[in-house]
Amino acid sequence: MRKVRIIPRLDIKGPNLIKGIHLEGLRVIGNPYDFAKQYYEEGADELIYMDIVASLYNRNNLTDIVEKTAKDIFVPLTVGGGVRSPEDANKLLKVGADKIAINTAAIKNPALISELARIYGSQCVVVSIEAKKDPKTGSWEAYTDNGREHTEKDVIRWAQEAEELGAGELLITSVDNEGTGKGFDFELIETISKKVEIPIIASGGMGSNEDFIKVVNDAHADAVAIADMLHYKKTSIPSIRDFALSNTVNVRQF
Amino acid sequence: MVTVVDYGIGNVFSVRNVFEKLGVRTELTSDSNKIINADHLILPGVGAFSVGMENLTKANLVEPVKEFVKKGNPFLGICLGMQMLLDKSYEFGEFQGLGLIEGTVERIQIPRSKDSSKYKIPHIGWSEIEATSEGQNWTGTILEQTQSTDSFYFVHSYSVRTKKPENLLATAMYGDFPIQAAISNENIFGVQFHPEKSGNFGFKVLNSFLNI
Repeated sequence: MRKVRIIPRLDIKGPNLIKGIHLEGLRVIGNPYDFAKQYYEEGADELIYMDIVASLYNRNNLTDIVEKTAKDIFVPLTVGGGVRSPEDANKLLKVGADKIAINTAAIKNPALISELARIYGSQCVVVSIEAKKDPKTGSWEAYTDNGREHTEKDVIRWAQEAEELGAGELLITSVDNEGTGKGFDFELIETISKKVEIPIIASGGMGSNEDFIKVVNDAHADAVAIADMLHYKKTSIPSIRDFALSNTVNVRQF
Repeated sequence: MVTVVDYGIGNVFSVRNVFEKLGVRTELTSDSNKIINADHLILPGVGAFSVGMENLTKANLVEPVKEFVKKGNPFLGICLGMQMLLDKSYEFGEFQGLGLIEGTVERIQIPRSKDSSKYKIPHIGWSEIEATSEGQNWTGTILEQTQSTDSFYFVHSYSVRTKKPENLLATAMYGDFPIQAAISNENIFGVQFHPEKSGNFGFKVLNSFLNI
């Protein structure tokens, strides 16, 4: 059976690991390198670094953090935030990123997905989608800039378009559930899983180890991104792994 | 020293970093003399087969790589670098490879079953590898220190098929599809997975490569 990937997600602002609710109201947690190193040592299958204000200015800082981390972390590292061009991607790949996550720039210019896939391969391109449910229609709209900006793009259709353009994976974050600990938006993940063939990383809302099982078994996530539950030590990678294995969800033995 | 072939493809940061942690210097080069005379040579690579071969050809490195191999020093192709060792690939057409190991590169085809839909392509993630009954023993190879419970990080949509069973070192099952995870032909080794991204398990593979 395939092994579901456990992926700590580290949202970064300036030099700090931060955490918010609904991607807002940010709080400093600590030094991202220290957290990343610990997660690697505990058996994280991959790591995600997301620079959440990178779209605005000064990205050198992120490059430094990525390089320092990549020197001591020997699992794949996905980096996102403010990547607008192949040159931006190249800067991050050169300092040790393995995959590039794009959101805002892909929405503005979907051809960027194809361009990055052509140059670096699809395996390098993670399209990050921030989804917010419209309670009136029951459908999800894609947002940018950490859930602040509307795009009027339907999430499901956008996910399919991203796949067609050459995305290798989709990182799906529920803006509604993110940071709340009330569970993933299972319906969102399941709906997208049925519509695309490429792997899906579920993100936003995990509040218990049971949620991990549920998002894999019921919503068919291929990988799970976990942020504050790990950062605030409400669970740990070994605890998730043991719980998964004892509930017949296959994860990497470590 | 480990020499890494620079042909503009592949993320070489990590693979160099692992060797440096193992206390070995690395050199990234497209100089044909340095490649021919290397102690240990690595051919990295990700992305499309045709682009990889095209870049290697444009850099005039096809013959130097073959010449290095003839000398008998250890050679390791990683991911696309492994696939290029074969005769040809059917990725987006039909393209000639280096022909250093007989066989082809074909798209992963998961046989239909009740849970085959769980097995997405690209295959991204960790898989354990195992020896095959007809394949080679791991002693004296890059898998010398590897145990069958070790798992490795894969990311690929295409998979190699060696013609001769004795060129197969290890397979990884993805659904009901056997992925050829490691292949070899005398001093030539290829791995579909990324040892440089497979934590301590990967360190053992690269360390064994140094000891060959």
